[in-house]
Amino acid sequence: MNGIPYAREYKVTLCHVCSYVCPEDAHECPRCDSPVHRRKPNSLTRTWAFLIAGLIFYIPANLLPVMYTTMLGSSSENTIMSGVIEFAEGGSWDIAILIFIASVVVPCIKFLVLGLMLVTCQRRSTWAMRERSRLFRFIELIGYWSMLDVLVVALVAALVQFRGLSTIEPRLGILFFGLVVVMTMLAAMTFDPRLIWDAEVEDVR
Amino acid sequence: MNSATPTPMTDIPHRQAHASEQPPAVAETQSRADQWIICEHCDSVYESIPLNKGEAAYCLRCAAILRRNHRLTVEQLLALSIAACILFIFANVFPVISISMQGLHNEVTLWGSVQALAQGQITLIALVAGLAIILAPALQIALLFWVLAHAHRGQIAPGFKMCMRTLEHLRPWSMLEVCLLGILVAIVKLAGMLDVHPGAGLWAMAMLMVLILLIAGKDIRRLWDELGVRPE
Repeated sequence: MNGIPYAREYKVTLCHVCSYVCPEDAHECPRCDSPVHRRKPNSLTRTWAFLIAGLIFYIPANLLPVMYTTMLGSSSENTIMSGVIEFAEGGSWDIAILIFIASVVVPCIKFLVLGLMLVTCQRRSTWAMRERSRLFRFIELIGYWSMLDVLVVALVAALVQFRGLSTIEPRLGILFFGLVVVMTMLAAMTFDPRLIWDAEVEDVR
Repeated sequence: MNSATPTPMTDIPHRQAHASEQPPAVAETQSRADQWIICEHCDSVYESIPLNKGEAAYCLRCAAILRRNHRLTVEQLLALSIAACILFIFANVFPVISISMQGLHNEVTLWGSVQALAQGQITLIALVAGLAIILAPALQIALLFWVLAHAHRGQIAPGFKMCMRTLEHLRPWSMLEVCLLGILVAIVKLAGMLDVHPGAGLWAMAMLMVLILLIAGKDIRRLWDELGVRPE
């Protein structure tokens, strides 16, 4: 496209752990002994697998309660969305928006963007490659902020333990939500952004 | 980041290759390869050029950061990792939040919040949380201290390769900044129904988060070159 050479043309490969320029036929980085691949092995298949696992876990994560609250005799169960709505109705719009972004918007963006990456790479699309590269780096950056809700539930449940007066316990939903975050992080890690640019050239294995 | 001037790198290898119309010989490639930078996001090759303080080099093809010039010396990194070690102990020993309600009092440490998740079916998520807010930062600090303390004396630490590889794999799982935001959200959440006081651990956490961002970034890879670790 703009004439910058690819590593493949010089028969070299980048070590992702120590940035060493390895010879193309190396299986291990000569400097740090990590496995080296020209492209992450089975990147598309593995990313699909983690992405679909994440999507499946996302359903119970939203349907099951994440928190069980007992307050002076009355008890209630909260899902992620009902927690957000409770904040919004209580007047703390800022916190409601923050939690909504971290637990709903971020995972959904990750699903959509990773899906887009996988489909466009499989179709060997040359559409907006630079922008897709940026988009991928963006979701890599924001991905782990979804852990916010898990940590909030952990802190709150550890604090509010007044037997007889008020207790808060974590519930199964938070496990699935945490797994969604882990799965989408693994999906982003197994996706090889170099595949975006391979559409310009013939197959690299 | 301050003054991130895009420094386009020359594509000398490209021009040489085209001039000769022959791919370079493997031996020759390897000797010159030490001067090359490969973009990890698109596999473009650039010839490395020295950067000034605070400058960063960007990939011309995909706009990713190729390299940033480090502002901190090995001594400074070592000092910061010692500070991080002390702050880590404070952040874990002192409670991060304490609450009171009708004469009753309770407080929580980081470990306490991980334990709260370790109930029955959901224990798995306690492991993830424990890794993210306690184990990963602790290992990062310990390993950094180990390699930096030796690098300071110009030595390659025993187990250097393993330490550096572990640091690379730990980085995405260290989530102190998320934890800090979580503590703040929890404070606001509970403030509606009872008295909440931020604990000493919270301040230690806040400072620790900044230090981890400074010392545990990709920047640490430069130790490979600076210590002259050669491939066998």
